[in-house]
Amino acid sequence: MTRRFDLAETTRRALNQALHDASGGESFEVANPRGAHAVACGITADIDVVVRGSVGYYCAGMHQRGRVLVEGNASTGLAENIMSGEVRITGNATMSAAATGCGGLVVVGGNAGARCGISMKGIDIVVGGNVGHMSAFMAQAGNLVVCGDAAADLGDSIYEAQIFVRGDVESLGADCVEKEMRPEHTETLRSLLAAAAPATGGAEVSQFRRYGSARRLYNFNIDDVDALETERDAREAVR
Amino acid sequence: MCGIVGLFCKTETHRHELGRLTAVMLREMRDRGPDSAGFASYDTGVPGRIRITVLAEGIEVDWGPVAAALEKVLDAEVTVRGVHDHAVFSTDGDGRAARQWIIDNVAGASVLSYGSQIELYKAVGDPDLVAERYDLGSRTGTHALAHTRMATESAVTTNGSHPFATGADTCLVHNGSLSNHNRLRRFLEGHGESFQTENDSEVAAGYLSWRMRSGDSISQALEGALEDLDGFYTFAIGVADGFAILRDPIACKPAVVAETDDWVAMSSEYRAIARLPGATHAEIWEPEPARIYTWSLAA
Repeated sequence: MTRRFDLAETTRRALNQALHDASGGESFEVANPRGAHAVACGITADIDVVVRGSVGYYCAGMHQRGRVLVEGNASTGLAENIMSGEVRITGNATMSAAATGCGGLVVVGGNAGARCGISMKGIDIVVGGNVGHMSAFMAQAGNLVVCGDAAADLGDSIYEAQIFVRGDVESLGADCVEKEMRPEHTETLRSLLAAAAPATGGAEVSQFRRYGSARRLYNFNIDDVDALETERDAREAVR
Repeated sequence: MCGIVGLFCKTETHRHELGRLTAVMLREMRDRGPDSAGFASYDTGVPGRIRITVLAEGIEVDWGPVAAALEKVLDAEVTVRGVHDHAVFSTDGDGRAARQWIIDNVAGASVLSYGSQIELYKAVGDPDLVAERYDLGSRTGTHALAHTRMATESAVTTNGSHPFATGADTCLVHNGSLSNHNRLRRFLEGHGESFQTENDSEVAAGYLSWRMRSGDSISQALEGALEDLDGFYTFAIGVADGFAILRDPIACKPAVVAETDDWVAMSSEYRAIARLPGATHAEIWEPEPARIYTWSLAA
């Protein structure tokens, strides 16, 4: 049975409380979000939530378990600090989508704005359209897949996250470089495209290029350069 | 944090309810800025007739003698009507000269705007009450801008409230802060602009007025702004025949735009747009950093 909440009639707080009280297996449907902030935040149970309309800031923030689908657009900080589970939107996301995400999957059907995946820490993000400038800024771990184009300064100061872009990259940020697409990367990308369908619009693995850290910026010490090379080879080998 | 909204009616459809729709948008941005609010609206006006909106906060001014004195200075007919602590002068004389004369000669008065199409009101207090007091809801016209202010670095005063207008029919609302406004203010003062506050956003308005007075289009003026303004900004700008949006190259300050066949709306947050007629079918996007967006009534 699906429980329905109409945000034109009930408060967002009542909705979120119901979502927090859920024990798992329930379905929820949310009508008339009208750009409200913090819709479906902090879900900890294995539930399904469908939001019919566009949401405001921090939708599905701190998401821990379950699936949230937004049929519309999302404003700043979609699924910020998501730990696991899934958050999908059919439309566009504005700034800082999936910022600081530690795990799980975020799928943006349309475009994502500036700083998508900023400081990502293990999350997988798939964007059907383009991403804005400084996406994956200081990205530490996880994967950002962009089926369209990436705006300026992609992956600036990136650590160990991986970026896959199908279209054009306006420019790469500091210490971000194009890297070889090896079989393990192909496999990662293939599974992410499959998980994000149909938002990927039929994108194929062979159309993507991979970007990542040149590892010249962080923990860099010229005296350690030989050790870094050895360490990098070792790390790449275990991937 | 501040809230800004702008509504530009491309067609006649919603011009009769421009003020009502702007008030609906302003209300949604109340909690981004509960300290003070202001709005500017543009209508077709009377050809050749200039309106000057003046604020005299906390003082009683007998506007009749002021209008009489202004008539002599301009050598043109001047009428005036009071709207609470605001007054709207109307003349077929020189608006720029009238603005400067009022600034120089009416103690305690600030000129909020002048032009053939613009009127501008602002006050300290709840944005809803400000909209109600100056009857935003009944205004008709082509476009409007409004602002709710949460003062973070300077006092809550009416003079710190937006919109700011220093040139004819040109006004601006700003979310952000400029870091080079003092030097720029001195430069602009040397080039004939006059300012009434210490506010950074007034300098941005003055900059655009200066560029447009020098013959620039709004697009050209904003290209210059990208070079000459240093700081954080999302601007919504009104001019006599159009509407524009500009964000700084970093674009930290929020903005969302929606467009239908009938209107273009801009706001800090989508919820201000969500309540407009036809919003569910509007094309909605986030304006890109350092990109100039303009809409013109002439187009």
